[in-house]
This record gives sequence, structure tokens and C-alpha cells, in this order.
Amino acid sequence: MSVDETTVRKIASLARIAVSDGEVAAMTGELNNILTWVEQLGEVDTAGIQPLAAVVPNQLRLRDDVITDGDIRDEVLANAPQAEHGFFAVPKVIE
Amino acid sequence: MDDLTDLGIAQIRDGFRAGDFTAREVAEAFNTNVAMGRGLNAFIVETPEHALAAADAADQERSEGAVRPLSGVPLGIKDLFCTEGVQTTAASHILEGFVPTYESTVTERLFLAGAGMLGKLNMDQFAMGSSNETSHFGNVLSPWRRNDGGNAPLAPGGSSGGSSAAVSARLAPGATGTDTGGSIRQPAAFTGISGIKPTYGRCSRWGVVAFASSLDQAGAMARDVTDCAIMLEAMAGFDPKDATSLDLPVPEWEAGLSSDLRGKTIGIPKEYRVDNMPREIDALWERGIQLVKDAGANVIEVSLPHTKYALPTYYIIAPAEASSNLARYDGVRYGLRDLPDGANLQDMYAATRADGFGAEVKRRILIGTYVLSAGFYDAYFTQAQKVRALIVRDFAEAFEKCDLLLTPTAPSAAFALGEKADDPLAMYLNDVFTVPSSLAGLPAMSVPGGLDQAGLPLGLQVIGKPLDEQGVLNACLAIEERAGFTARPGEWW
Repeated sequence: MSVDETTVRKIASLARIAVSDGEVAAMTGELNNILTWVEQLGEVDTAGIQPLAAVVPNQLRLRDDVITDGDIRDEVLANAPQAEHGFFAVPKVIE
Repeated sequence: MDDLTDLGIAQIRDGFRAGDFTAREVAEAFNTNVAMGRGLNAFIVETPEHALAAADAADQERSEGAVRPLSGVPLGIKDLFCTEGVQTTAASHILEGFVPTYESTVTERLFLAGAGMLGKLNMDQFAMGSSNETSHFGNVLSPWRRNDGGNAPLAPGGSSGGSSAAVSARLAPGATGTDTGGSIRQPAAFTGISGIKPTYGRCSRWGVVAFASSLDQAGAMARDVTDCAIMLEAMAGFDPKDATSLDLPVPEWEAGLSSDLRGKTIGIPKEYRVDNMPREIDALWERGIQLVKDAGANVIEVSLPHTKYALPTYYIIAPAEASSNLARYDGVRYGLRDLPDGANLQDMYAATRADGFGAEVKRRILIGTYVLSAGFYDAYFTQAQKVRALIVRDFAEAFEKCDLLLTPTAPSAAFALGEKADDPLAMYLNDVFTVPSSLAGLPAMSVPGGLDQAGLPLGLQVIGKPLDEQGVLNACLAIEERAGFTARPGEWW
């Protein structure tokens, strides 16, 4: 599978990373190199093999249904680029 | 008193307890070395006051007859660990200025054990790299130089390159590292120190900036095997805040140390004899085999048939998980915000991430996004998870025949900065011996084995069964005792 510039632009858009024309050209080559290399995995016979979900067998734990991190609004907002009235502030989303 | 910075963790701990020196004297000595070592660029933030405060507390407690496991020991902390009130950036621009309001579980445990913090150590950005050339804050320089008189600046390894450089150059007696595909073991090998990545789940990932969640694991980097055992014991343990944390007691690894390998069978994986491996690496490996035989071990050849596929598997799974984990950096809750004039929310995300991530991080996010995208998910990601299952099975089958595996840590000694920077694939090959055990979540450690012709350190790697950190530490101790590695870098910085 060969990646073209249109695909790179689409991936960058999905990844929410702005890319310039120059970057698209460079990344197209790099991604193709890496993807061509990883495609050797296609030659491994994996019939009947379950994809690995957890590397060390570990039982999923459930915590008690209680609030454990509440009442720290100011700590949560402490690193926000912009916070107003106790909320994260972002550019207008709906006109 | 000789220079206190010549002492390792065990010597500092024991000397402090015996009253040979105060914790403040130790902290001041290392603070001085940190300041003198700025030319190595090993630290992003220095925290001499933290080290002194912990030292003063230790001195006070000692006078009251109470000491803790790491009382008197100052440590370097990789900038991937969130530290309350101290900037934590993962060596990125996007997190520049981020000051956590909480403490990672690993650093909390270390500080509760009495350790102080000398500062936050430089690294590859978001732990992505094998050379420390992807940090937003500039390369870390290895304290080592080739003996050819050329003085070429060398890579300290990555991603824990600030940690390896600091320990090797005596700026810290020990440092935390994290290992996703070899990021503790490869830099340890490049700088002539020891480093252990425990079984996945031994150390809590809570408060550690995430790269690839199914692989990331914290570990210890120090001058010798005993120091690693001491440090890891303080770092490890169950944490309800990390869903993948193992609810098991922490063994007394230091007390259990023994270099007697009689009764142990050590496997040599034949597939690790890769093409074009330098003769010196082969010779190092042969020497390692002889050393463990001398310690009483029985050595056999074993097969890990899917070894060749480990690296491509890793370079699907790790970027896939990274693309998901790094989605949180969007300019809303913390870190950088880039808001061009008239930009909407989507534009803000895209501009912030374009500005805030370095080239290698973007490359991996894009690969991850691609392999997870509709139409390619099964061909790439599902297939990689299946091959990963086969790699895990290979190890399980090998461990039916042997107790431990012995391999070189890296396919070469440290390379010059810039030498491989423009070829991502060549750079990825550095981790060819460390990635398989990461994919299988196994404990693995690098210990110095000797020097190459240029006078640079080479590391040997021991890989163990799940939860057998003790076996790994013991085999490395046997190698350490017999290898007689005493070389250290000259102080040119």
C-alpha cells in the first residue's frame, strides 16, 4: 500500500496536525519507507491466533463507585491556557 | 572524606547511616556536580532546593534514630515523571511550562522512601527516540568520548539519555528511567551503567506521561546492579490508580542478590545473531556466555523464531498507542495553545499540535493514525497484535527450556550525534535487541560487559520470565563481578 500526498493530508487532518506543502512531501516519503518496511508482517501466518490484548495476565479491577478526585477545580484548571468562571475556555464553536 | 559523588546509592545509604557524612553534604556535592555538568545538557530543570530539603529531613530523622530506605540519597528524575510543583515537559514544547499539581506514584514512592530530587532529566521528546536528538531542549551529550582524539559528540542513548549521562558523569548516583522499547537498557549500555526494566505492571504508570501504554514501564538506572535493586524496590509496588498495576508484593531484591548461578540454565537466542553485527558485539556476547558459565550456569541455544518481526510489530503498536495517548494535547487543558487570528476550535487544535510537537513525534502520530484508520486497521494493527501474541509465545516456549536469556543490549556502541538522525529506519534498528522483551512485558536489564576498540562501553542484556526480576538481577550481578568493568568517562565537561 503506497501512501500519496492526498492520504498524508487526510491523516494529518484526522490527527489534528496542521501541515505545510513542504512537510506533506517529506512525510509522504518517510511514511512510505516505514510502512513498506512494516508490511513484512503480512508474511507471518497468524491464522487462528488471537490478537494480544494484555501482555501480563491481570484481572480487571473495578473501583468503588465513589468520587475520588472531586473538589479540586482550581488544581484541574491550574495549567489551562485560558480559564474563565471556573471552566476551560475555547474559541467560539457555534455562531 | 573523598569525593562523595564517587559513591553509589548503597554506599551513600550505608555511609549516611553509619554517620560518615551528612545527607546535606551528599546533596551539596551532587548539586555542585549538576551545576558543573551543564555542558552535558542532561537536566532540563535543576532542583537543588528539593535535594537539600530531603537531605535536611534525613539528617533530622537520623538524629532522632529513624532512617528510611533511601534516606540521604539524591536522585535524578526523568522529565517523563510528573513532579508536583516542578515543571514536567516530556522534553516537548507542547508541555513547556506545565507544572503538575500532583506527584507521579513512582516519584512519590521514592520521596517517601527518603530520596531527594536533583532535577528533571532531559530525554527524547515524549520518549520517542534512541539518541536524545528529539528533545525540544537540545541534545544530551554523552560524557564518553572515543579514544581516537576526535572528540566527536556521542549519543548518550535514548530515550532516557539525560538519566544515563547524569549517572555516568557522576551528576547523580541513580536516576529514574522509562522503557517502552529499550529506553532504559540502550542508554545504560551506551554509557557504561546498569539499568533495569521490570515486568510490565511492577511500577505504576500513574503520573508518567504516556507514550505507548501497553509497553511503557518505569525502571532504575544506576552505577551497578545492587544500586538498581535498591532503587527498583523503592519504586515498584501496587497502585490502585493504574489499572495495569500488578497487585503483588514487592520482593526484597537487594536481600535476595546472589551471583551464584549454579543450577540456572541460560538460553542464547540464535535469531539474535543478526547480519552485519559488528565483531566486537559478537565477541562481547561470547565473553558474556563465558562469564555466566564461570558463575555456574548451564548455557544452551534456544530459538525465538519471530524475533525478526518484533521491530516492525513495535513500530505499528507503539505509534498506534501514541497517536491515541497524545490526542490529549490540544491546547485546551494544559500546555501550549496556538490560536491564530480568527481561528476556530479545529484550527486551534491543528495549529497547537503542529507547533508543539517535534518532527519524530509528528511522524509517529501520523503512522499511528494511519494504521488505526478505517480500511487499514486489520491489515496493520490487528495483524501486529497477532504477531505480538506469537512473540510472547516464543518467549514462553524458550522459558520451558531455560531460566534466563543472554543477549547483547545494542547492535553497536554509542554512535555520533547526527550520524543516524536523518534516517528513521536506521535509528529504529538500535532497539532490535531490546524491543522483543518489551513487547512481551518481560523484566530485562543491561549491565556493562566491556569496551570496544574506541574505548566505548558495551552492554549485555539479561531477559527473565515474568516477575523474575531477581533472576535477572542475579545473572547481571554475576556478569558485573566477573567483567571487572571499571572504566569511566574523563571529566572534560
